[in-house]
Amino acid sequence: MSGHDVEAIRRQTRTYVLVFAALATLTVVTVAASRLHLATGMTIAVALFIAAVKGSLVAGYFMHLLDERRAIYWLLALTVVFFIVLMTIPLGTEGNTIGVRHGTG
Amino acid sequence: MSALVEERGGHAHDAAHHDEPGFWRKYVFSQDHKVIGIQYGFTALTFLLFGFTLMMMMRWQLAYPGKPLPLIGGLLGEGQASGGIMLPEFYNQLGAMHGTIMVFMGIVPLAVGAFGNFVVPLQIGAPDMAFPKLNMASYWFYFVGGVTMLASFFAPGGAANSGWTSYPPLADIATAGQTWWLVGMLFLIFSSLLGATNFLVTIIQLRAPGLTWFRLPFFVWAQFVTSFLLLLAFPALQAAAILQFMDRVAGTSFFLPEGLVVSGKALEVAGGGSPLLWQHLFWFLAHPEVYVLILPAFGIVAEIIANNTRKPLFGYRSMVYALIFVGFMSFIVWSHHMFLTGMGTAISTFFQTTTMIISIPSVIILSALFLSLWGGSIRFNTPMLFALAFLPMFGIGGLTGLPLGLAAADIHLHDTYYVIGHFHYVVAPGTIFAMFAGIYYWFPKVTGKKMNELLGKIHFWPSFLFINGVFMPMFWQGLAGVSRRLYDGGQQYAHAQDVLWLNEVMSVSAWCLGLAQIPFVVNFFWSMAKGKRVADNHWQATTLEWAAAPSPPIPHGNFAQVPTVVRGPYEYSVPEAPAAFLTQNGDAAEEAA
Amino acid sequence: MQIPYTVEPRPDTGLFNAKLGIWLFLASEVMLFGALFSSYVLLRTGATSWPHGSEYLNVWLATLNTLILIGSSVTMVMSWASLKLGDFKKYRLYMGLTILAGLGFMVVKGFEYGAKFEHHLYPSTNTFLAIYFTLTGLHGLHVLGGMIVNGYFWGPGSKLWRRDPERFANRIEVAGLYWHFVDLVWIFLFPTLYLL
Repeated sequence: MSGHDVEAIRRQTRTYVLVFAALATLTVVTVAASRLHLATGMTIAVALFIAAVKGSLVAGYFMHLLDERRAIYWLLALTVVFFIVLMTIPLGTEGNTIGVRHGTG
Repeated sequence: MSALVEERGGHAHDAAHHDEPGFWRKYVFSQDHKVIGIQYGFTALTFLLFGFTLMMMMRWQLAYPGKPLPLIGGLLGEGQASGGIMLPEFYNQLGAMHGTIMVFMGIVPLAVGAFGNFVVPLQIGAPDMAFPKLNMASYWFYFVGGVTMLASFFAPGGAANSGWTSYPPLADIATAGQTWWLVGMLFLIFSSLLGATNFLVTIIQLRAPGLTWFRLPFFVWAQFVTSFLLLLAFPALQAAAILQFMDRVAGTSFFLPEGLVVSGKALEVAGGGSPLLWQHLFWFLAHPEVYVLILPAFGIVAEIIANNTRKPLFGYRSMVYALIFVGFMSFIVWSHHMFLTGMGTAISTFFQTTTMIISIPSVIILSALFLSLWGGSIRFNTPMLFALAFLPMFGIGGLTGLPLGLAAADIHLHDTYYVIGHFHYVVAPGTIFAMFAGIYYWFPKVTGKKMNELLGKIHFWPSFLFINGVFMPMFWQGLAGVSRRLYDGGQQYAHAQDVLWLNEVMSVSAWCLGLAQIPFVVNFFWSMAKGKRVADNHWQATTLEWAAAPSPPIPHGNFAQVPTVVRGPYEYSVPEAPAAFLTQNGDAAEEAA
Repeated sequence: MQIPYTVEPRPDTGLFNAKLGIWLFLASEVMLFGALFSSYVLLRTGATSWPHGSEYLNVWLATLNTLILIGSSVTMVMSWASLKLGDFKKYRLYMGLTILAGLGFMVVKGFEYGAKFEHHLYPSTNTFLAIYFTLTGLHGLHVLGGMIVNGYFWGPGSKLWRRDPERFANRIEVAGLYWHFVDLVWIFLFPTLYLL
């Protein structure tokens, strides 16, 4: 946790406003980017990348994750690993299936 | 740190002047982890008994298909048992609810909610759990979830009947009871999430001074890893339950493919869903869930073995690392429950590999427990008998899991009685025996009295015999190809004819197993009322709950003063005091003659 | 006996209990929304066709909602900072704004849903709408929950400030972490459902 003294908090307040500006800008950027007709893969990558940047700003500055303790980092790292497992591995079971693919009747 | 100690001591003085809470605050809506632990214990044991009764009814139908159920048959309605003969629909309800109740309302609340809640704060030298109000809330969410589940028997069409696994499309279109099941699950899951958070913060933050991580009793480590599993795996089933609820109530098609035909009529839904999606989400939880079922049992058995061999656990550090490794691995094996769903060879190889790897830490833990017996001065009291029986029983359960984890063998064994035999061996003579061991072991701590040893042995030996009588034949039936969830126990199948006679063997064993529990129930309540008073550290144990707290512990705060830990958890028969043991917080103590 | 580390942090972890507790809870929420995102991915990759979000959804309303929610995150953290600076009046102002922003978000959401229903677009209509309503509905319930907690801390719960200001500030920090998480989920929900 950064210092609790008045000056430190005031400096943090400035940071919050700057982060808000960045987030608002990125929101506009992400909507604009979606209007460019990119290839599907690129569209997804760009949208998720911008979302990741925005998310990192919220987590890092508003949730004070940048100044947080190691215990929290470890917890989040573990969670992220399992999150990735949940997001990717089920897809692996859909690929090279034997026989009929679901959804095509 | 010392200022903190004074503050806590000072408050203990003030606590004596607080207004004494009324009956409801003290015994019903209590925030004290000991009361909550006891509440969990009684509720869970009641649910376990109920779930066991459901199974005893099923076993009648399996042993004597088409014959009216004695006694209960007359009490059941026409929708359940026409003329006392169990209907297939009702059999399915019993099957689904037996599994659900035993796993979610029985074992986990007993292992974690009861034992965890009561023992963990005491073993770490804490005055209570980190969040007492949250603890109380988690019990009541469990209670509401449990009542919802039981009440579902009265829903139109009866209780859930699509297996404890609730696979769509069947579960999506099943009778109303399935919706109750989903709502009940949401309450039960939420209760577990609150509990898991509480346990983790308690273990991380409230350890007494000097209680470093590798001085923790193995039981606490087991609860720690278990809580991580609950925290990170249960949400997947929450999500799945929400989606299935939407399918059933809002007409969505998350799990319904297009073109589904039910009883000759096309189902009028949008389609586009995936039944496999449910299986992924369900098993993402349900595999870690089986480790939730076994880890606390490992913890209990470890404590009792160390205590009753009068020597330290063999390979404590390895056991801890194995525990952490098994917890991590449990998240990446789940599709071994789905080998027959048509996944490709690459991914199925991945899951076979992780499944084989996960057996290693289990073997390490079991071996360490076996090796802990070597050279020990073994006391064969009732908790120790159950703890010792756990070892080979879990061994059988674990070994029989190996063919199931290999996709090729699983083709033959999937959805047969072999699977039922496998998982019951780990949970029934496995975990439940460990639960009994824990009850006999910690009963003196909770009540200040001891349970009767003779009755304990009369409980143990027939239970051990008959539980094997129930589950061992299942491997034979499964290998012969008898499928699970069959209302008639395999009667219709030519390939099952040679093994059908085992149905009666298993059923009679089950009913005798039920009878064998009577000495336990009698012993439990009799000892509570009239049991012999014993010393605070009845088992001459080293860990803080025995060494530093009275029996029963001080109502507010557990300890007269904050214990300071100076050594590891199992300093029995150490060189400095060869005939004695060193408690975690204090000086050498002489063993009673 | 008092439970230690409810306010002052434990030296070796550097955390007070509730902060660790809320991060653990948020980890479970990551897995909950993760499971739903995973469902979205599986359903979409298995589908023969999948609409672009803008075919059914109003991107501008959702962009507005995104800005509202991000703004509410700022006001939330400012309310905590005000408490750390000892300014209770500022705290109330910022917390009030946070609650209003949440209300604004829910109102816009209400318009969105209402418009769908008017056009006979329901969760049962197709899988895209099913996952849309479920994800945004669950997220909306979380916003509502956060508003209730924040409302409590704006109102009757704020009495703790006079008795134990540090403990109260910690509670607001913890409530803030939850609120930021709800914002974070929306930051991923918005492009996934509306822009892809």
